[in-house]
Parts: sequence; C-alpha cells; structure tokens
Amino acid sequence: MANWPGLLSIDWMLSAVCAWLAIGIAAIIAPRNFRYIARTLYPAGALVGLLLAIAAFAALSETPEVVVLPLGLPDLPFHMRLDSLSALFLMLLGGSSAGISIFSAGYLRKAEGTAPGVQCLQYHVFLASMALVLLADDAYAFMVAWESMALSSFFLVTSDHRIPEIRRAGYLYLLIAHVGAISILLCFGVLQGGGHEGIAGYTFANMRNAEHSAFWASAAFALALFGFGAKAGLLPLHVWLPEAHPAAPSPVSAMMSGVMLKTAIYGVLRVAFDLLHQPLWWWGVAVLALGLVTALFGVIFSAVQSDMKRLLAYSSIENIGLLFVGIGLALTFQSFGMTALAALALTSVLYHCLNHAAFKSLLFLVTGSVLHATHTRSLGKLGGLIHHMPWVAWLGLLGVLSSAGLPPFNGFVSEWLLLQAFLFTPGLPHGYINMMIPLAAAAVALTAALAGYVMVKFFAVIFLGQPREASLHHAHDAGWLERAGLVWLAALCAALGLFPVFVIEKLDAVTRPLLGAGIYQAAGAAAREHGWLFLAPISPDRASYAPVVFLLSIVLIVAATYFIVRRFWHMRVRITGAWDCGFPMQTARMQDTAEGFGQPLRQVFEPFYRMTRELPSSFDKKPVYRVVVEDHFWYWLYLPVAKLAEFGARMVAFLQQGRISIYLLYSFVTLVVLLFLIRG
Amino acid sequence: MSTASSVLLQFLELITALIAAPLLTGWVNQCRAWLGNRSAPPLTQFYRQLAKLFEKEVVLAGNASSLFRAAPYIIFACMVLASTIVPTLSTDLPFGPAADAIALVGIFALARVFTALAGMDIGTAFGTLGARREMLIGFLAEPALLMVFFTTSLISQSTSLSTIVETLGQREFAIYPSLAFAGVAFTMVSLAENARIPVDNPTTHLELTMIHEAMILEYSGRHLALIEWAAALKLYAYSCLGLALFFPWGIPEGTGIFNLLVALPSLAFKLAIGGFLLAAIETVSAKLRIFRAPEFLGTAFILSVLAMLVHLLLEAPK
Repeated sequence: MANWPGLLSIDWMLSAVCAWLAIGIAAIIAPRNFRYIARTLYPAGALVGLLLAIAAFAALSETPEVVVLPLGLPDLPFHMRLDSLSALFLMLLGGSSAGISIFSAGYLRKAEGTAPGVQCLQYHVFLASMALVLLADDAYAFMVAWESMALSSFFLVTSDHRIPEIRRAGYLYLLIAHVGAISILLCFGVLQGGGHEGIAGYTFANMRNAEHSAFWASAAFALALFGFGAKAGLLPLHVWLPEAHPAAPSPVSAMMSGVMLKTAIYGVLRVAFDLLHQPLWWWGVAVLALGLVTALFGVIFSAVQSDMKRLLAYSSIENIGLLFVGIGLALTFQSFGMTALAALALTSVLYHCLNHAAFKSLLFLVTGSVLHATHTRSLGKLGGLIHHMPWVAWLGLLGVLSSAGLPPFNGFVSEWLLLQAFLFTPGLPHGYINMMIPLAAAAVALTAALAGYVMVKFFAVIFLGQPREASLHHAHDAGWLERAGLVWLAALCAALGLFPVFVIEKLDAVTRPLLGAGIYQAAGAAAREHGWLFLAPISPDRASYAPVVFLLSIVLIVAATYFIVRRFWHMRVRITGAWDCGFPMQTARMQDTAEGFGQPLRQVFEPFYRMTRELPSSFDKKPVYRVVVEDHFWYWLYLPVAKLAEFGARMVAFLQQGRISIYLLYSFVTLVVLLFLIRG
Repeated sequence: MSTASSVLLQFLELITALIAAPLLTGWVNQCRAWLGNRSAPPLTQFYRQLAKLFEKEVVLAGNASSLFRAAPYIIFACMVLASTIVPTLSTDLPFGPAADAIALVGIFALARVFTALAGMDIGTAFGTLGARREMLIGFLAEPALLMVFFTTSLISQSTSLSTIVETLGQREFAIYPSLAFAGVAFTMVSLAENARIPVDNPTTHLELTMIHEAMILEYSGRHLALIEWAAALKLYAYSCLGLALFFPWGIPEGTGIFNLLVALPSLAFKLAIGGFLLAAIETVSAKLRIFRAPEFLGTAFILSVLAMLVHLLLEAPK
C-alpha cells in the first residue's frame, strides 16, 4: 500500500483525516436527512476507519516519514510525522472507530438531542482531530488538534443539552480539559527552551535534540503528566470521567473511553520516551504510585455504582491506572538502563491500550443497546435481558470476561505481561524500590481481582436473573448494524486474546525505536521455539502461556464431558419453577440490586467513600432506604479550589465599583505611573 | 524423556485426578466424622453420589438461560484443566508450558466467575446472596494466592509450575522463612477457596450462612454431579498444589515406570496426611461470621505479601 507511486504511508493517513472531515461537511448539507446520514455517512466513516487501521498496520514497522503541510503559522507550518508509535495508536483509532461508527449507523435515533447532521459533523471532526493529535510533529499542530478534539467531544457530550446534569457534566469536562491543555502548552514551552532560536524550536524534531538539565526535564515531565493525566483521568483529575461518560450518547462514550483516553497515554509516552529520552528513576516511582492509587480508587468506586455507564467510567479510571503503573515501571527500568525489562513493561502498556480500546468500547456499546431497549441506565431497573437480547448479552459476556482479566481472553494477556514485568524487578540497584515492588504487585493483583467482582455485577445484574420491571419483557435485541459493530469489537477482543505472539511481534516495532529493545527480539530463538502458539516473553523456562491451547482444551473437555454424559446417561430435563429452598413467594425484587451486590465492598472499603445513608425506621408507612456514595476528592479538593476561585473573583470585583469617576481615577493613576516609569 | 511417554503421563495424571479427587473428598469426610465421634460414611460414598446424580433427571427453573446450562460443563472443564497443570506425578508435562502459575490463578477465577453468574441466573434470593459472597471471598483470596505464587516464583526465577516445583524439590532441607509465611497464607486461602470451615461449611444447607451451596442451590441431576465433581477436583488441585510447593519431595522429573512407582505412593501418602490435617483444622475451628471472612483473608493476603518481602530481605542472592 505504501509503495503506491509517489504516495507515502503518511499521505494515506492524512487522506483518511480529510475523508472524515469531508464526511462531516457532507452531513451538514442535509442535517435533517436521517436515512442519508445514518445509512450512508456513518458506514462510510466506518470504512475510512477500517482503511486507516489497515494502512497504519502496514506502516508499523516502516521508517518514520515526515511531511510539512502548507498550513499553520508563518514560521511554523504544520509538521506531520508518522512513526511506529503514531502508527500503533492510529491503528487503535481506526480499528475501534470502524466498530463504533457502524454501530452508530444503527444506533442513531430521530429526535434525540442535536440534529443528526450536526452530530455527525462533530463526531467526524472528533475522529479527524484525534488522528491529527497522533500525527502532529510540532507543538502548534499538536495543540490545535488537541483543542479541536476537546471541543468536538465537548459538543458530543452535551448532545442532550436540554438536561441540566448533562450541561453540568459538559462544563466540568471542558474545564478540566483546559486546565490540562494549559499544562501541556507549558510543557512544550519548557521543552523548546534548549537553545533553538525562535519559533522553530517548537517542532518535535528540535525538542528531541535539545539538551535539558535534570531540573527542567523533570519540570517538563511533571507538566506533561499533569496535562495528559487530566485527559486520561489520573487521580485527582478524574472527576469529569464519571460525569461525562454517562452524559454522552453511548457510541461517543465508547469513543472517548476506548480511544480518546489513549491519546493521553500516547502523549505521555511521546514526551517521556521520545522527546525526553533520559528518564530519572523517581519519575517512574511517582507515576507507578499515582497509577496504583488511581487503579484501586477506580475499581473500588466502580463496584458501588448503580448506573451502568458510571460503573464503566470508573472501570476506565481503573484501567488508566493500570496503564500508568506499566508506564511507571518502564520508566524506572529505563532509568537504570535495563532496556529489556523496560521493553517488557512498555509492551504490556501498549497491549493493554489495544485491549482496553476493544473491550471498553464493546461494553459501552452494549450499554447503548440496553439503553435503547429499556430506556434506563439504572441497574436497579434491569435484569433478565439475556432472554430478550441474546446477541447483546453473549457479546457483552465476551467483553466482560475480557475486562475481568480472565484467560483465555485479551485482558488477561496484558495483565500477565505486567505481572511478569513485576516479577523480574529484583535486581534494581536501589534497595527501597526493590522493597516497594512487591507491594505494588500485590496492589495490581488486588485491582485485577476486584475488576472481576465489578464485571460480574455489571453482567449479572443487567442480563441475568428475573426482570426487575415489567416493561423489560418488551425489550428488543439490537438491529443488524448495531450487531455488526458489536461483533467487530468482540472479534478484536478474541483475536487479541488468542494470538498474543503476533501482536507482540508487531509491538516490538514500537518499543525498539523508543527504548532500544523489543521483547520479541530479546527473547531470541529460545522463545520462538514453540512458534506462534506459546507466549514466552523472556524464555520458556521462566514463563509461558498458550491461550489457543488453553481454549482448545477447555472446549475439548466440555465436548467430551457432554458426549460422555449423553452416551452413558441421559439428557432428560424437567422444567418447573425455581426451588430456592422451597420458598414459595419469590419475586423479582428479592434479587440483589446493584446496591445489594456492592454492599460487601461498601462495608470493606468504607473509609474510601463519602456515604450518606437514610435507613427506614420500623414505623414508617412507606419505608425508604437511600444510600449515596460520593467521592472524597470532590469535597477535599474541588470544592475548596472552587471556593478559592470564587473568593479571588470577589476580591477582583472590588475594583469594579461601577462609577465612572472611579474608572477615570484608575486611568489617571495608570498614566502617572507609566509616565514615572518612562522618565527613568 | 520422549514425547510419547510424557503425553501418556499427562493422560495418566488426568485420569488419576478424576479418580482420586472424589476419594480425597471421601477421605476428608471420613476423617471429619471420626474426629467428631460419628460413624463415617464409606470412602466411596462420593462415587455413589455422583452415580446417583447422573441417573437423575435435571429439574430446571423455567427462566434458566443457556448460560445456566452451560456453566457446569465450563466449571468442570476449568477444574480438570487446573488439576492437569499442577505437577503431581512428574514435572515433565507436555501441558505445562500452556499455562503458568498466573494462568492457573486465572483458571480458578474463570470457574468462580461462571459459578457466580450461574448463581445469579435464576434470580432467586439465595443464588444472588451466594454469588455476592463468593465474589467477596474471591477478590481477597485470588491476590493472596497470586502473591504465594510470586514468592515461589522469586525463589525459582520462573512462573512455570514445573520449574518452580523442580527448583523447590532440589533445594536442601532447610527452613525458608518466606516459604513458612507463604505456606500459612496458602493454607488459609485454600480453606476459603474450597468452601471449608472457618469461611464456609461444605455440609451446610438451608442456612443463611452458606456461600458455595447457596450458589448451586438450583442445580440438580447431571449438572449438580458435574459441579460436585468439579468441587472435589478443586480440593484435589489445591492439595496437590500445596504439596508440590511446600513438600515437593517425591515428584520425579523423568517419566519412566520406576519414577511412577515412586510418585504414586508418595502422592497418595501425602494426600492422606493432608486430608487428615484439613479435617482436623475443620474440626477444631468454628465458622466465622461472613464479615469476619475479609479479615481472615486480609490476614492471608498480608502474610503472602510479607513472604515476598521476607524473601527479598533475607534470602535474595546478593
């Protein structure tokens, strides 16, 4: 594909961006023509995504390509660069968006929020700007793309802007996105301060060559961590995630959680490993600690949610935490010059990016189908949907098992790689860090196990049991376009879970330029002895895992058991009511609600939540039980900051007396001061 | 060590597990009865129970989904796979490289998730209660088990179970403080994971305190037989795992007939002792309240983390 006469791979990427923009513009020509937008434009967008993924896949192991576009500032035209890191994330963007766009084609309904054409424009601008973020090779182009991404996603989040909560969620998202953007801008400012005269210092190529003292490198890293952390949902900048994800339409939530959060990970990797190439050990430790706290916080809060999309949003925070744990580990290893181990940790990060994009998009789309079928996001009003929505349920089960990190599905592979990276830590030339690592590994293991709890709750309360509302009997399964999107993402999950060796071989192309080592190559002939079946990142003696063998043996044992039971005994079944210890008056309300299922964790982790409970007394005519679980950070950090800002504003307002004489006095004083200054 | 004979050995290990697991459960029940001064059921009681259950028809709730009907087979397959991965008769297993210690924890987790999902499928009060409690036990037991494996992996520089067992088997007979901590943690986790006193009671029914039994309350006939068999296999796998990690002597590396003649009796002997000890623990302890269970498992988790730290502090090669 790349060998087309005169066309570089990067030209293909840029034409995909143009195609998406063109689709967006085509949509506002007829913004109310529902069939044209849903049946033509969204599928076309999906096709562009698919082609982008294929082109990016082909470009993974090619040498970096640079293009300068005739756009931008006078001395700083847009620089675009396609290297393996960009290609990997473009692949992720293309692959996920193919599934999400085709789902959107079936998901879109008339008269929901913004006009479909406008929404289609916003959606495709969002996609195009994400691609540009990944391609940008100078600070200006990056910031322009980054801001268009933030703005287009803000408009998508506030599609249903007539609802006050959604406006509030959108405002919070926009606010934190901009606080982060300022930090990223400052980070680029620090990065260019390395001797290059003028505005040309803002190209990434010059930043790469600049020399930074340890202090300024650390400052740049801290600013980047803050800025990209705000976009990723790193603690304590996570508060927008559980507000914005439920507010947005489901395909948009899928896009934001599956792909947009990964652009922040991309940014951190770009700054930490590419632009700054000499990490200090304490960066790694700080990122590791932050990641662990974020992961545990996310999963503990995820367990007590009763809104299915908030639950997934908190689960995204958890996954972002795990990604940062891996980044921290890679930074630590890299700072001590242990490139092979750094490559192992970084491979687990990149792998988990792909995994999370696949399964979290899938799960958000599943919530979308459930939402359309039942008109509620509250877990307490769902149940038993596996009978009415078998497609969604079974594909959702695949996403749930992947997300819970169970073998042989994809979440397990990256978790396995991360734990392997932890296990090989002893040998760091720093005693205290060596001691910290087991604690970190224990926290990761705890997070992974809690993720299982959360996912069982998510699936079982929505799809299993008895319907908690009578209206659920009329729930319908997803349409064929929605199914196509779900199947595509589920297939990605399965492929990533079953064929890790292929993926890791490709990921080598990304880690080698960044770290100088790749695990597939480093493992050498010994690891490749078993061929593509066995994943053995260091050597088969140390660790190996073969998902295909794993799956095949389970399937084989199940089949053998089934046929033996059938051959030697019988398959008789008698259908009656449920037994339940002979209790005759079963109702659907006696099942665990979402609150009930989360109750043990609320009790175990009580200090982590800010809980308000209203318990009924035994004399109440209509007993009411209410429990509200809130985030401590909101009260400890955000409200004080908000109060401080308000106080500052009031102080400034003191200047505004609203009387013309006062304003004239200001002008006069200013004039006198200026004259005084100029005189000297 | 030819491939054919190691495949044969792998098959033998599978058959041994399928046959020995009900025996082990029968033996533990027998010991419990003796220690409780009751007359004991015969050793083969579990086989008869399985035969009876396979004969009976399945009584299914009207709103059971296909997940409910598939779950027993999947749980059984997971446990069969788990007991084939654990090195019992030899460490040279062709299946070994397919799944290491972390994947083994994953298999147990997979089985647990399917049990819990099946427990919630009918939508009865007991089923959901059991599923919720099982996941509560699981989220603490799983990382503790993983940390136990990490300690042994740090000692042997590998997560492959065969390599771990080989390394531990070849070391000189000395007390390793890290392994002592890990051993205690492992015992506590095994009690919880196998639904034993003090966390759960395998013989309880119609009690508000039940966990595992509550989840499988709606199962009958062949489904129940498979689940009971899977539970027996789980106990067997955990026992063999404990023996392989902490008492690895007698597991040969090779395959030949002579090695088998050593391996089989030593396995039977060790299992008999282990089963008796399990029954003794169950007899002398009382069941904990459900909200004491996190404390119990939290202790196990902390002990297993301590084991890792102790290994790094005291035993790590300088």
